[in-house]
Amino acid sequence: MSSQLMSVAGLEAFYGDAQVLFGVDLELHEGEVVGVLGANGAGKSTLMKAITGLLPVAQQSIRLRGEAIGGRAPGEIVRKGVAMVPEGRRLFPSMSVEENLQMGAFAKRPGRWNLDEVYKLFPILKEKRKQPSTSLSGGQQQQVAIGRALMSNPDVLLCDEISLGLAPIVIREIYDSLPDITADGMSVVVVEQDVTLAQQCSERLYCFQEGRVALQGESRQLTRDQISHAYFGI
Amino acid sequence: MFEVIIHGVLLGGLYSLFALGLSLMFGVMRLTNIAHGDQIVISGFIGIAIASVVNINPFLLIVFLVPCALVSGYAFQYFVLNRTLGKDPLPSLVITFGLSIIAQNLLQEIFSANPRSLDSGGLNTLGFGITSDMTVGVLPLIILACAIACTFGLQWMFQHTALGRAFRAVSDEKDIAELMGLNSSKVYSMATALAFALVALAGLFQSMRTTVAPTDGPSLLLFAFESVIIGGMGSFWGTFLGAMTLGLAQQIGFYFDPGWGIWFGHLVFIAILAFKPNGLFPKTVG
Repeated sequence: MSSQLMSVAGLEAFYGDAQVLFGVDLELHEGEVVGVLGANGAGKSTLMKAITGLLPVAQQSIRLRGEAIGGRAPGEIVRKGVAMVPEGRRLFPSMSVEENLQMGAFAKRPGRWNLDEVYKLFPILKEKRKQPSTSLSGGQQQQVAIGRALMSNPDVLLCDEISLGLAPIVIREIYDSLPDITADGMSVVVVEQDVTLAQQCSERLYCFQEGRVALQGESRQLTRDQISHAYFGI
Repeated sequence: MFEVIIHGVLLGGLYSLFALGLSLMFGVMRLTNIAHGDQIVISGFIGIAIASVVNINPFLLIVFLVPCALVSGYAFQYFVLNRTLGKDPLPSLVITFGLSIIAQNLLQEIFSANPRSLDSGGLNTLGFGITSDMTVGVLPLIILACAIACTFGLQWMFQHTALGRAFRAVSDEKDIAELMGLNSSKVYSMATALAFALVALAGLFQSMRTTVAPTDGPSLLLFAFESVIIGGMGSFWGTFLGAMTLGLAQQIGFYFDPGWGIWFGHLVFIAILAFKPNGLFPKTVG
């Protein structure tokens, strides 16, 4: 068993007075791909926002290599090695493809990823690097969003619903790039609504239901019935 | 008519210096600074006050006051305006409106209500003839050249530098920019620092070219605002051309009747707001 990289313990999160996460526990080991599965409103994206510092949470509830990082500023967390591909891509619309990627390198850490490496992973982006990011197809925009997150050379990559709104063949293409990304030991958390995708790409799986972890285990050992039960509550 | 156009363009140069700072702050953080005009007047009065104590070349004054404006703009945004920003635009409007009133009253208290001007060392009366019956002032030409340089500089900086990219990033997607490691309050503060530098320039030129009085601020704000709206948000050349349009409109008004100039400018502004609400030169790409 590889060593623990990030841990979430008893995480509670709120939007105003409304509580969204009720004591979530989650672990991520070095070089591991973990899937987070759940329906709309189960708290998956809230978990991502809490980890990246976009949502204030208790300091002790999130640890990276043992250091408590909960509630730190997003800029501080990305410098410590956690980057996110946000839900809905959220590219900078006024910028070209290459400028978007360069923004990702604002808090650059040492490592493999740079413009050339991203272009090697997604060759179409090199062709379109001078184009406005808004002129790209959805799948290409998703590639920019992934490349942008990689540019900071994170140890932990959080992918929030990268299949959202994309055609199945494009989704397949995006997910096929994951092994290349994790090849040199990057840990990935993949948030998904699609059970098959989440189960196939991950080593361990967490199913969220109404702000709690309803089920967790080795992805290949969980049965469809168990997951459906945790997913839909039936 | 040729004379009217020349003078309209020269006036437009001054107005674009009024408007660029407003355009910059609005573009980067959707913040409307109601005290913008009063800050132009303040910098004019600071120049006049310094010139009354020490005998200084007005252009040296610019070299001294612009860096001061950078620092005070940064501090003003960092310590005051950043606390007012949020989903609701009202707090920043109320704060800057209040500052506008305070500034006008303080200036009246210190300098009395009289209009004053900054001695440009004879530059304001210097001119050369381009036709037998028409002369062009050197100072307005310097102002126009300065306005073009500032517009070009800002646009270039936005498109080609890391700072410009940071400005666009926080303007596009503030949360995501912060995820990338940008500190949006510092980026905002740099935007206001630059806006204040432009304000200082505008104030000194305004007080050299004509006069400044403590209660001039709101009308200067109005000219700046009209320029930005006429030009269309989102590009500095748009703002520049908006200021040109306003300057021309006012000069055409003045040509028909000395009392019509400002009024004619407002008419053109309202017409554009009615028929082309996105402005004459809205941003299309990039």
